[in-house]
Order: sequence, then structure tokens, then C-alpha cells
Amino acid sequence: MGALSDDAVSRKRVVIQPSRPLAFNPREVWEYRELLFFLVWREVRVRYKQTALGIGWVLIQPLIAMVIFSVIFGQFAKLPSEGLPYPLFVLTGLLPWQLFAGGLTRTAGSLVRDANLLTKIYFPRLLIPISAALAGLVDFVLSLVLLGIMLVYYGVRPGWQLLTIPTFALLAVLAAIAFGVWLAALNVRYRDVQVALPFLVQIWFFVSPVAYSATLVSSGISRLVYGLNPMASVIQGFRWSLVGGVGPGLQLLGATSLILAVLVGGLIYFRAAEKTFADVI
Amino acid sequence: MATAVRVEGIGKLYRLGRRAQRVGSLRDAVRAVAGAFRHGRSPGPTLWALRDISFEVQAGEVVGIIGRNGAGKSTLLKILSRLTEPTEGRAVIEGRLGSLLEVGTGFHGELTGRENVYLNGAILGMRRAEVDRKFDQIVEFAGVEAFLDTAVKHYSSGMHVRLAFAVAAHLEPDILIVDEVLAVGDVSFQRKCLGKMSEVASEGRTVLFVSHNMPVIKSLCTRALLIDAGKLVEDGDTDGVVLSYLRTSDMPKGESHLRQSDSLMGTGEARLRWAGILGRNGTTSGSLHFAEPLRVKMHFEVFDRVSDGVIEVGVSTLDGQRIATMMNTDTGGEAFTFEPGIQEVLVEVDVTLLPRDYVLHISLHYYSGATIDLVDNVTRFSVINVALDSGDHYRPYEVRGYVRPSTRWQAPRAVG
Repeated sequence: MGALSDDAVSRKRVVIQPSRPLAFNPREVWEYRELLFFLVWREVRVRYKQTALGIGWVLIQPLIAMVIFSVIFGQFAKLPSEGLPYPLFVLTGLLPWQLFAGGLTRTAGSLVRDANLLTKIYFPRLLIPISAALAGLVDFVLSLVLLGIMLVYYGVRPGWQLLTIPTFALLAVLAAIAFGVWLAALNVRYRDVQVALPFLVQIWFFVSPVAYSATLVSSGISRLVYGLNPMASVIQGFRWSLVGGVGPGLQLLGATSLILAVLVGGLIYFRAAEKTFADVI
Repeated sequence: MATAVRVEGIGKLYRLGRRAQRVGSLRDAVRAVAGAFRHGRSPGPTLWALRDISFEVQAGEVVGIIGRNGAGKSTLLKILSRLTEPTEGRAVIEGRLGSLLEVGTGFHGELTGRENVYLNGAILGMRRAEVDRKFDQIVEFAGVEAFLDTAVKHYSSGMHVRLAFAVAAHLEPDILIVDEVLAVGDVSFQRKCLGKMSEVASEGRTVLFVSHNMPVIKSLCTRALLIDAGKLVEDGDTDGVVLSYLRTSDMPKGESHLRQSDSLMGTGEARLRWAGILGRNGTTSGSLHFAEPLRVKMHFEVFDRVSDGVIEVGVSTLDGQRIATMMNTDTGGEAFTFEPGIQEVLVEVDVTLLPRDYVLHISLHYYSGATIDLVDNVTRFSVINVALDSGDHYRPYEVRGYVRPSTRWQAPRAVG
């Protein structure tokens, strides 16, 4: 799309021309921040409309998942949980995981879902996947209540690391945006993405230390897969910030760089692909 | 006067090969990539939908854009509204651009009318404070005060369109783009829209207006652009351009095959693919004998089942004056059910059109009013002054009027 002119005085002058590759305009996204807000607000408002339990679902989803995992992995399989009560252990993994996985799923389908917007009106297309990922933060913050109750119930007192929680939440959202932007743009052309996505998310779940402890991963190939999965460090870090234990360490640096690299690549791909969104979708 | 829009050598190239695999699968992509390596770079044929379009519009001008279906008008508007990028050339827009291509997009059925006004306003580029200021006006214009806190999915399609238009109309753009939006809504609302458009124009704002309706173009626009086969062929005062459009437009006579891109209106559960006027022996014909019934056969490609379809067939003169409109629900008829696939519909109209040239328009709606597909100027046909076999030829030297109603006369008798 043609970029807005840089002339700040006549903001309303628009030049339309074939775009140069890599022409990315963060200022334009900023100018549309109110729309970003409304798109996030729409996601949140609409999600639990016409459900009997409404916003209650935000708490029920992780609660049910926690119970199921506690029974299967904690009771039957007796997976070690770094000395923590298993339900608390799994919940500290589930929250960042759901923030990421929910964001990724919504983001990947976002452009196709909003096809009628794409074909009818101009605004920075990037707002759509970003808003889909950000909307998960509202659920996340609300479900921290459940986490708080669990911490009190098991008498676990977080230390100073608690202050780092926002960092890990942000990393999870950033990861959802980074991978989601790729998938969303690919999905416009190849609907294969939305068919394959549930499998991808499921596999991803099993290579992330949600239900099991990162300490279990030791041998060669699993170590490698684990290292390539940035969510592993994010989840581990999130858990550490609440209940201590094994810290994320240097691995977190690698995960962050990986997320940023995927994000930059995704933005470049998105920019190139968005020119034809309205024609292909 | 200041320039509002400057277009310099705009062109848009479509790759037909790629378009064909629009919602392609990964396998197609792999094949296409493999093919590209084998045969060099560009796979498939290409088409310039627009080429070398240059013009300037001064602030305050109301410009009509006319041309046949598929001439490139919509591509031009899409480029100006930044929905698709030009392949070459450049355009500069001075000021806020609002387009009525987007009426109702971004409305979410689960949100209330009030919430949708704010959401839609933001999508159209209004600041929150601006929506706050205009909120009452918008609601009043749409006439939905009583339903503000009802989810929009419970609105009738008329209310939906009115509210959507009201938001768009209050955007107060410096440049307004309108593409046949007048096809939606009931008559009184259409009048309201036209009023709003001339109001916008009289306030010194710039309007670009695409329509097939020549009388409306003539009454609203001071200048017109004629686009044909992707080229700007004429640019001048409205009357002259409209005249040469009518003269040169060699619409297909008697039947018309429609391509996917010919019709962009409506919700698209079904699309008109072919329509023809049937002559005496059942083959399509561009001319009818005088007093011969008008028989129209249509093929719709139905993608999703439509259980309450209303077909509207319209006949107008060449300059767009509507003579007659027929629907299958007239005089209490049932709405039609369309099953997926190609569906054929035949209508026979008992009307005696006077010998002239006419244009056929076809649209498909839901019974509730929402448009599924709409194709103006489907085909042109003429009625000749010779009757088929009854000797009922049209004798007057001059053609007066458009139709001959059937009449019953009482012969002279003495009354006093």
C-alpha cells in the first residue's frame, strides 16, 4: 500500500504508488492506534457473547484443563513437578501457554475472518493480527485471579521474581504475533494453514513444559527441539517468576532473539503479501 | 482551486494464472513454483485491467465515472481507496477520503447499534471524540433510536443499511467515493442518500461517483470520465461524455455471459452467470417483434442454498430511465429456493414495449431485502415495429411513450 507522506503538517496527504519492498511504516500503525483499541475491544466483547456463563469461561477453561492434567499426568503418570503441588505446577504453565496458543490461533485466522474489511476499506492490515493476539491479554489478566487463589490455597509465596511476570506475558504475546503474522498472511492464500493449525498447536503443546518439568528434557534430540521452541523458555520463566525453582537462564536470551527474528521476518513477509490480500482473499 | 486528486499514469496488471488459483492449496503452489522454474519467470497470462490513467480532480468537483461492466471503473476506485496497489503510476489524494464502497463493513452482528457506531467510526478513520460529537446526528439520520442497545443481528436489513450509511455519511470526508450504493435500501432512503450526496457536493467537497444510472449522473455530476477496456477514453462535461458512452457502448445484444469479475455487488451466495432474451423459436435474440412477449432466461451459479430468493428483472431505456420492474413475488408469488449448482429460471412478461432500444437489468435478493447479486446492463435488446403475425404492427410515425397497456374500449353510442 502507498505510504502516508512523512510531512507531519499535511497529515492527510496520501500518495498511492507501487510500494517498495521493506517499506514498513510504524508511524502509520501508531496513527491508527484508536482503531487498534477498538479491534481489541471488539474481540473481547464478542468472544463470550450469547454464552450462558459469559466471562466465567475465562476462569473455567484453565480450571478444567488444570483438573484434567492433574488427574492424568499428576495422579496416573505421576510426572515430577519440581516439588510443587501438581495442580499449581500445571496452572503456572497453562496460563502463558493459553495466552500464546489462543493468540496464535486467533491471529492465524484473523485476516480471513475479517475478509470483508480487507476488501472494502483501507487501514494498516497489520492491525488485524496484532489486535487478535492482544485480545488474549484480557483473558490472561483475569485468569491471574485463579492463579492467585491457587497460590494462597497452597500457601506458596512468590518472591521478588514476581515483578518479572509482565516480561514473560509480553514475550508470549510477542511470540503469538511473530508466528501469527506469518500464518495469517499465508492463510489468505493457502487455507491449508487453518486446517493444519490445530495439529501444529497440539504438537507445540507437547514440546513445551506445560504438563511436565523442563528438568525431564535431557537427551540430545529432545534437548534440540526444546531449545528451538521459544515458548519453552517463556513458560519456564513464567513458572519461575511465581514459584521459583529452575530459572530460565541464558536460554531466555536465545528464545527472545528467536522470537524477534521470526517477528521481523513475519513483518517483511506480511508487507509483501498484503499488496494482494484484497485480490486473493 | 486546489487539486483534490491527481492521478498520473496509473496501471494495474493482473496475473490471470494466479487469479485462477485464488484460494489455492499448497499443492497448487508447489506445482506453480515448479512450473515457474521450468518455464521461466512469469506463469500464466496477464491482463492490464487499467493502463495509463491520468486525470486531475479539483476540490469541489463532482465527477461521474462511467463505462461498461468490466471496463475498470471498480479497479480504479479500489486503487484510489488503497484496497489494492497499482502496478505502475502514482496518485496523490489531498485530504480525507471516504468511500461508500464500505457501507456496513466492520459491523459486527453481536455488538449493539451503539457499539457498532463507534467501531465502524474507528474503522472509517474517525476519532472517538468525533463520533461522540456526531453520535446523535448519526442515530437520527438512521432512524434507529429505539434499537440502539439491541444487537445488530436482530436488525432488519433496511435498518442495518441505514445505520451503516449514516456512519459513513457523517465521516465528512474531503473526497467522497460512491460506487452504486444507491442500489441498496428502500426508495425513501435512496432519496435520503442522494440528498446527502448533493449536500456533500454543495459543501464544496469532492465526489467521485460510479454509476450506470445516466439520469443520476447527469443531474449530479458536472464532469464525467469514460473508461473503456482499462483506458480513459473521454474526459469532459457530463452531457457530452454520457452521449458518447451511450453511442459507443456496444452492449452484447440479446444475451450476456458474465465473468466472475463482472458483478461485485451483493452478498454473493449466488451469481448471475448468463442471461438471454428468448425469441420466437426459443433461441436468444437481440430483437423482439412488436407485441411479442418478453421472455428472459437466466442461469445462476448458486454457491450456498438460498431458500427465499427474489429475482428482480428490470427494463430501462438506454439512458437509464426505468420502464418496468418485475419480481417473482409480484401479486403474491412465492419466493424461490435456489439449490447449489447452476439453476435456470425463465420469466415471461406480458408487456407490449414500444419499438425502441432497451436495457435489461437483473438482480437477486433475499426476501428480507439484502442483495445477493446485482448486474446492471445485462444486455441490450430492441423491439422492432413489425409484429410477428397478427398484423398488429406499430404504425405511428413517431414512437410516443414506452409501453402499450392493454385496453378495453367501448364503441361510441348515443347518450343524449
